[in-house]
Amino acid sequence: MKADPRDVFTGTYYIDGDVAMAYGALAAGCKFLGGYPITPSTEAAEAFARIAPRAGARFIQMEDELGSIASVLGASWAGQKAMTITSGPSYSLMMENISLGAAMEIPFIIINIQRAGPSTGVPTCTGQADVMQSRWGGNGDYEIIALAPDSPQEGFEFAVKAFNLAERYRCPVMLMSDECVGHMTEKVVVPEASKIDIEPRRFYKGPADAYLPYKRDPDLVSPIVKAGDGYGIYITGLSHDEKGHPVLESGNSYDLEHARALNRKSTDQYLVDKIRKNRDKIIEIQEENTEDADVVVVSYGISSRVAYRAVEQARQEGYKVGTLRLITVWPFPEERIRELAGRVKGFVVPEINYGQIVFEVDRCAEGRANVVLVPHGGASVHQPEDIYAAIRQLLESKKRYENVFEFRTILERKVFGGGMLKNRS
Amino acid sequence: MSGYEACAEGALAAGCGFLGYTPIQPSFGIVRRFITRCAETGATFVQMEDEISSLAAVLGAVWTGRKALTVTSGQGFAQMMEHIGLGVMLETPCVIVNVMHDGASEGIPSMPGGGDVMQARWGSHGDYEIIALAPNSPQEMFDLTVEAFSLSERYRTPVVILFDPVLGRMKDSVNIPEAAKIRVEKRKYYKGPKDGYLPYKYDEKDLIPSMVDISQGYRFHVTGLTHDEKGYPVMNDECQEWNVHRLVNKIRLFADKIVRMEEKYLEEADVAVVSYGVVSRDALTAVEAARKEGIKAGYFRLQTVWPFPEKRIAEIAAGIKRFVVPEINFGQISLEVERCSRGRAGVDAVYHAAREVGKPGSILKAIQKTNK
Amino acid sequence: METINTIQEQKHPMDDLLRMDRIPHIWCPGCGIGNAVSAFAEALRKLEYDLDKVVVVSGIGCTGRVAGYIKTDSFHTTHGRAIAFATGIKLGNPDLKVIVISGDGDLVSIGGNHFVHAARRNIDLTVICVNNFIYAMTGGQVAPTTPIPAYTTTSPFGNFEAPANVPQLAEAAGAVYVARWTALHMRRLADSIVEAFNRPGFSVVEVISPCAMYYSRINKLGDGLDMMQFYYNNSIIRHGESTDNLNIDYQKEIIVGKFVDRERPAFSESLNEWLRKDQVE
Repeated sequence: MKADPRDVFTGTYYIDGDVAMAYGALAAGCKFLGGYPITPSTEAAEAFARIAPRAGARFIQMEDELGSIASVLGASWAGQKAMTITSGPSYSLMMENISLGAAMEIPFIIINIQRAGPSTGVPTCTGQADVMQSRWGGNGDYEIIALAPDSPQEGFEFAVKAFNLAERYRCPVMLMSDECVGHMTEKVVVPEASKIDIEPRRFYKGPADAYLPYKRDPDLVSPIVKAGDGYGIYITGLSHDEKGHPVLESGNSYDLEHARALNRKSTDQYLVDKIRKNRDKIIEIQEENTEDADVVVVSYGISSRVAYRAVEQARQEGYKVGTLRLITVWPFPEERIRELAGRVKGFVVPEINYGQIVFEVDRCAEGRANVVLVPHGGASVHQPEDIYAAIRQLLESKKRYENVFEFRTILERKVFGGGMLKNRS
Repeated sequence: MSGYEACAEGALAAGCGFLGYTPIQPSFGIVRRFITRCAETGATFVQMEDEISSLAAVLGAVWTGRKALTVTSGQGFAQMMEHIGLGVMLETPCVIVNVMHDGASEGIPSMPGGGDVMQARWGSHGDYEIIALAPNSPQEMFDLTVEAFSLSERYRTPVVILFDPVLGRMKDSVNIPEAAKIRVEKRKYYKGPKDGYLPYKYDEKDLIPSMVDISQGYRFHVTGLTHDEKGYPVMNDECQEWNVHRLVNKIRLFADKIVRMEEKYLEEADVAVVSYGVVSRDALTAVEAARKEGIKAGYFRLQTVWPFPEKRIAEIAAGIKRFVVPEINFGQISLEVERCSRGRAGVDAVYHAAREVGKPGSILKAIQKTNK
Repeated sequence: METINTIQEQKHPMDDLLRMDRIPHIWCPGCGIGNAVSAFAEALRKLEYDLDKVVVVSGIGCTGRVAGYIKTDSFHTTHGRAIAFATGIKLGNPDLKVIVISGDGDLVSIGGNHFVHAARRNIDLTVICVNNFIYAMTGGQVAPTTPIPAYTTTSPFGNFEAPANVPQLAEAAGAVYVARWTALHMRRLADSIVEAFNRPGFSVVEVISPCAMYYSRINKLGDGLDMMQFYYNNSIIRHGESTDNLNIDYQKEIIVGKFVDRERPAFSESLNEWLRKDQVE
C-alpha cells in the first residue's frame, strides 16, 4: 500500500531530526500523538502539533508520561496509528505501559531522543545509554524492535519504517534516536506519497462471531480489530488465551489446558517468538568493506557517523577496516556477528555509554575475535581519533582480550589524568 | 516463618527505619509483617499513591539518616525505573524488593516469574551499574536482606532483591541471630569541618563519597542533573564523564568483593547448571538426580545476579562442555553466561515455566543431553 | 554565627540564605521566579527559624532549579516527584520543616497525583507553586494552567483545554492553608509564606509569575516589566474568596489573597497516635 497523499508533505526541507521524524510519522499515517514536554524531544511534538491538523491527525499533551503512553495504547485500539515522543527520564516512566503494550500486542511507536543520563543528567546533550533499556526496561518477557537513525533524512525514513514494522508485527517499535540527530539540521527530502510504502494495519476480515483476538496466523502475529466495531473484544494485560480472557492459575482453567494441548505456549512465549522467529525479515544492517576486513567497527546512530571518519582515515593508511551499522539495534544481528567473528581479528564498538551493545557483540563473538569498547560518558560525541586509536590497538595487539574495557578515550584521560584507572586495574 | 516475613525481619534487623509502599500483589506479606513491628522498632511507614512516589519517598527518607525499603512487584517495579536512576545519581543507599511474577505486564500475579532480571540491571535510562541479590530460601531471605542493606550503604547505591511469590509463601525455619551477631555496614559519614563538606568528593580508594544527614548544618545541595563535587549542576561532557565513569566503576571495579555465589559438584563436571532464585532449588534436585545416573553435573547458583560473576563463569567454562541455564523466562541470564563463557562451553537456555516450579524434569532432560 | 562586620566584610542580608557561589542564576531577564525566591528568603529571615532544620525540595523545570540556590539542605529531584520525595523526608525525620518549591507543570500536571494525595493525607509540607502558565524549561509548551485561548508551541491554534484552578484543587484535596499572590506582591507573599510555614499540615502558596521568554513573547504581552504592570492593574486582593471563583482567564483580573485557613490533624500526628494505640493494646 502507498501512503495517503494528504499525510505526506512532499518537498525538500532544511529541518532538524526531531521535525523530520514528525514528518515521517505523519507520512506513515500516524493519526495520534500523546506527548509530554521533555528536552530534547519537544521540537518533534511542536512540529507535529503544528502540522497534524492538515493530515487529520490529533495531538494531545497529557499530564505526564504515564498518561501519554497510555493514551497512545488506547488510540491504537481505536484503530489509529499512534505514537509518543520522549526522552530519558520520561522513557523510564513509560516502562510499565510498554510492557502492557507488548502484552496486549498493540502496534505503536515510541520516538526516544536519547540524552545524557542517568537521572536528569545533561538534558540538552546527547547520549546512547537507553539502548539496553529499550529491550529490557519493562517487566516480564517480551521482545521489541528498535531502530537507530543517524541523520534527519533517516529520521524521516525510519519513522515510516517503524510504523510499518509495528503494524506488521503488532509490537512496540522504538525509534532510538539521540539528541545529536534530533537537533542536527540537514537537508531532508520528503518524497511523493506514491513512493512511500505503507504497511496497512492487519485488520481481521472474517465473520464477527468467529473472531479471536489472539488467534495467530502462521507467522505468529494475529489480525487485529478496532474497538467499537461490534466484536465485543476483551483485552487484558493479564496472561490470556486466544479469546483474550485471563488465564491465571494452572489447573483450574479449561483454556490453559486447551492451549497446552494445542501448542504448550504461554502468552509470553508468543510475545518473544513472534519477533525471534521473524528476525531474518526484521533485521537490517548496513555493511561496508567487511569482506576482507581485519577489524570491523560496529556502531549505530550518531556514533556511526563519527566512526566513518576514523574508518576512512584507517583505510587511507592501508588498514583493512570494515563497518557494520545497526539499523535495527533490536533484534540484534547475532548470526552476522558470529559469522564475522570467525574471520576478523576484532570488533571496535564505539557507543556513547559505558558498554551496552558491546556486550552483545562480545557475546556473539564467542571469544573468537577481540572486542573493544570505545566508551563515552555522554553529553558529546566521540573524537574520531579515539575510534582510530582503538582500531590501531586491535590491529597491533597479539593477545586475547578477556574483557571489553581495554580502551581509554582522550576524554577519559583528560578528566582523570590517567591516574585513577592505572591504580585500579 | 514465611519468606515474606523473613524479608521484613531481615530489613528490621539491618536497622531499616522506613517503608514506603503501594499495595501490589504478590508482595504484601512483607508489608504486613513490617508494619505490625513498626511500633516496637521505631520504624515508620507510609502507603503512597503509586510506586513512583513510594520510591521517591524512600529516597527522601534515606537522607534523613534512616535506612529505607520499598516493596513491589512486576508493574510496580517498572514504575520505579525513573527513581532507580535518581537513586543512582544521588548515590542514595536504599533497598528495593521486587517479587517477580510470571509474564509481561500484569501477567499472572500469583505465579512465580523471572522476567525482571535484565530489567533490574538495565531498566532505567542512562549508564549505571546496580547490585541485585536473589535468595532461594526463607533463611536466605533474611540473610540477604541484611546483606542488601549492607551493600547499599557500602556502595551507596540502590540494591534490588529479586525473588518470587513461591519463595515468599514458602515456610521454613529461619534462624535469626542475636542483634550483636548481625553485621551491618555503617553509613559512610563525613567527619570534617562543616564548611569543607563536598557531597560528591569521593575517596580515591573506593570511589565512594561520604554522606551527611539533613539538618546537621551542612547546607548541601544534591541534584539528579550531572553535577560536580559540590553537587551543583555542570552541563558539559567532562563533568558527565566524571559522573558516569565513577557511577559505573564504583561497582564494576569492585565486583569481586560484591559477588556471592554457591557452588557444588563443580570439580571435574562436564555440565554446569547455572541458576538463581526459586529455580535453583529444582536445579539442585536435577543435578543430584543426574549425578545418580552417572552424569558429571555441577551446580552453580548466583546469589548476586548483578554484578554478574564474569570471572568465575569464564573459569568454569574452561573446564566443562556445556552450561545449562534454567530460568522462568526466555533467556536473560543465559545471555550473560553465553557472553562470559567466551565460546569455551556451549550454553543451553532452558525455559522453566512457572507451572513447572517444583518439577525439575525439564532441567534434568537438558542435563541428560550432554551425554548424547 | 554572628560575626562582627567591618565595612569590607559587610554581608548582604540574603547571603546566609542563598548559595552566593552559584549566582548568577539561570533564569531569564523578566522572570518572576527570582521574586518568589526573594520572598521565600525574606520569609526565612523573618521566621528566624534554625535553617539547618529546613529542607527545600524541588522538581524539574525553571522553578525546579530553586532548590539549588537556597542555602539550606536542598534536593533537586525528578519531574513531578518533589512532593513524594519531601514526604519521605518529613516522615523520615518529623522534626524538619520541609518546603517544596516547584512549577505549575511539575506540581499540578505530572505531580498532580502526589499533590492531591499529600493534601489528603495532610502531610506537613509547605508547597510554593510558581505558576507561569507554561512549560518554560522545555521551550514553551501548553501547561495545565494555560488560560484559554493563549498560544504556546504545542497549542499553535490557541489553547482550548480548561486550565487548572490550583487553589480550588488544593482546597478540595484537603490543604489547610491556601493563598495566591503574584510576583509583584513581594511583601504579602513573604508574609503568606511565613503563615503557611507555621501552619501544621499541607499548605499551598501559589505565585503567579511572568514568563517573559515564552508565555509573554509567544502571546505578545511584552516583557517582564509589562507583566508586572499588568499585575498591578489587574490583581484584586480578596481574602476568603471562595476558591470556586479563582479561575484565571486570559489577561483578565487575577484574584489574590488568602483563601483557606483551617485545621485538620496532620499525617505524622495521626500516625504516631495510631502507633501509640497499637502499643498500648
